[in-house]
Amino acid sequence: MSILVGKDTKVICQGLTGKQGSFHTQHCLEYGTQVVAGVTPGKGGQEHLGLPIFNKVKEAVDKTNATVSMIYVPAPYAADAILEAADSGIELIVCITEGLPVLDMLKVKSRIRNYDCRLIGPNCPGIITPGSCKIGIMPGFIHAPGSIGIISRSGTLTYEAVFQTTNEGLGQTTCIGIGGDPIRGMNFIDCLELFESDPDTKGIILVGEIGGTDEEAAAEFIKSNVTKPVVAYIAGVTAPPGKRMGHAGAIVSGGKGTAEEKFKAFELAGVYTVKSPSDMGKAMSELTN
Amino acid sequence: MNLHEFQSKQLFNQYEIPVPSGLVAKSPKEAVDAAKSLGGNLWVVKAQIHSGGRGKAGGVKLAETLSEVNQFSKDMLGQRLVTPQSGLDGLPVEIVYIEECSSIDRELYLSLLVDRSSEGLIIMASEAGGMDIEAVAVSAPEKILTQDVNLNYVTPKEPLGLRLGLGPSQVEELEDILFKLVELFYKSDASLIEINPLIVTKEGHLVALDAKINIDDNALFRQESLLKLRDDSQEDDKETAARSHGLNYVSLDGNIACMVNGAGLAMATMDLIKLHGGEPANFLDVGGGATAERVSEAFKIILANSNVEAILVNIFGGIVRCDLIAEGIIAAVKEVGVSIPVTVRLEGTNVEKGRKLLKDSGLKIIAAENLTNATIKIISLANGDDR
Repeated sequence: MSILVGKDTKVICQGLTGKQGSFHTQHCLEYGTQVVAGVTPGKGGQEHLGLPIFNKVKEAVDKTNATVSMIYVPAPYAADAILEAADSGIELIVCITEGLPVLDMLKVKSRIRNYDCRLIGPNCPGIITPGSCKIGIMPGFIHAPGSIGIISRSGTLTYEAVFQTTNEGLGQTTCIGIGGDPIRGMNFIDCLELFESDPDTKGIILVGEIGGTDEEAAAEFIKSNVTKPVVAYIAGVTAPPGKRMGHAGAIVSGGKGTAEEKFKAFELAGVYTVKSPSDMGKAMSELTN
Repeated sequence: MNLHEFQSKQLFNQYEIPVPSGLVAKSPKEAVDAAKSLGGNLWVVKAQIHSGGRGKAGGVKLAETLSEVNQFSKDMLGQRLVTPQSGLDGLPVEIVYIEECSSIDRELYLSLLVDRSSEGLIIMASEAGGMDIEAVAVSAPEKILTQDVNLNYVTPKEPLGLRLGLGPSQVEELEDILFKLVELFYKSDASLIEINPLIVTKEGHLVALDAKINIDDNALFRQESLLKLRDDSQEDDKETAARSHGLNYVSLDGNIACMVNGAGLAMATMDLIKLHGGEPANFLDVGGGATAERVSEAFKIILANSNVEAILVNIFGGIVRCDLIAEGIIAAVKEVGVSIPVTVRLEGTNVEKGRKLLKDSGLKIIAAENLTNATIKIISLANGDDR
């Protein structure tokens, strides 16, 4: 079992013919993901990586019955790409693209709020159910099918958590990079809810970082809704206030969003926290044994 | 990207948001000419830097004569102004803004920003204007009022002015200002507009006495005219150099530099240095494709900081192979001529090959087994434990 994606998931790629789209889709195909088509306006009817290209998402969905779209469309057009996918009946939109203007995301969120679809990202590594379905830019080989759910705002820290749980022999059910932007699709709570109800997920690793209050909200949620062991790590203890640390959303502003506050919120909620990013796997191993 | 006060006020002018008359000056002579052309007998000389807290730091002065305008401008221009928010080095004053003096009856606070939790714009306002709003938020949170804004500005049932205790004509003036601010916010892809203080003049009108606008960096591709307003002198040289190479760099005060792929891992690496008793010198994300060229640019930027005594490289090679990264590091260390200790933690595809390349390079590079060991090792090297 897993959440959101599995071996039968059919995926299209918006922006397949671009450099990023081509490179990463090739890796997804090699991993065994059922990528069934690409969408690039103006290139409909062509073929790329052995996949048919459509002008519109709607045509691709009608022809292939795909339910997931993976987006590599450049930032200036990515918001429109998300909305097109949502309007075409895509159930899960995974937007890898980095650098979307925040006001574009406000518009996207206000539009899709009433839709029956989920958005992961933008500015994220994607989602993977090890051994079955990789949608995004994460290195497939570090993953192993197993029992831990991973949720993270950071790409490379997700890989750390994955690598450590693989080395501990725990493996992962599904790993979701929710992205480093201030306004994004699925949040910690949405993912926690799904992992809590997935019978195969035995424990959850949550990787947060400075900025905003989503970790605090997650801590509150875990306290009353999650029965499975959770290990939390927060990056950015040493980040100076008012400075953006790479990710658009990683900034302590007005004294809010510090790593200390977030660690404290988790500890108050009874969540196991680790102060070193190297200890995530070990801690989860201890909690689940 | 931050705008200067005078640039923000020029935008306010375009949107007919009331501001005092003012002129820009780059020399004391220009300042005096500006004061003459503004007329009157009372002027404010304001240092233009990308930081708040200028008043307390001597960057805002009231001049009662033209010779005072001359003197204050002379005192400010060419200096670095250190404010509570500018960092210890302060920021260079290259421009002063000469403004007509306003008569102040009340000082309010007004700002517009993207609220992460409600995923929309919010207006923040307070009767406690002219003060540090973060301090107000702590000491008297009840004095901070908020109002949600949808994609268009609509006056709520109880207008903000009423909640701030303004008179009827001022309530209307505030609504007009809010409508225009929201339009300016959307059209300029702002991430923050702050007016502190927004004053009520003795004549009973609202005027923006200060103005601060931050623009969303991600939207600069469609804000060509605003991009021209960027003032690199207000930013850390190393941060500017890093940006031009597509690297993310932030200066810190420690002596152990780090070079990492990925923003989250870069923060985590800094934290780990601190956790084990060291002090990080910087945040540096070399991005996903850690090519030889990027790595060597990164080394140059790191070494431009004279406090740096050791370097920790932490690369989780995902899709990029570790042997290629190792080659890049070796080439960069040779090219740049790195003479201080470098510890490298590599993980990912072809990691053994990568570590071997580092070991056999004959350079002063230590390939560590894991991140914790790499961190502990570099801290002891930075402390000179091997000397």
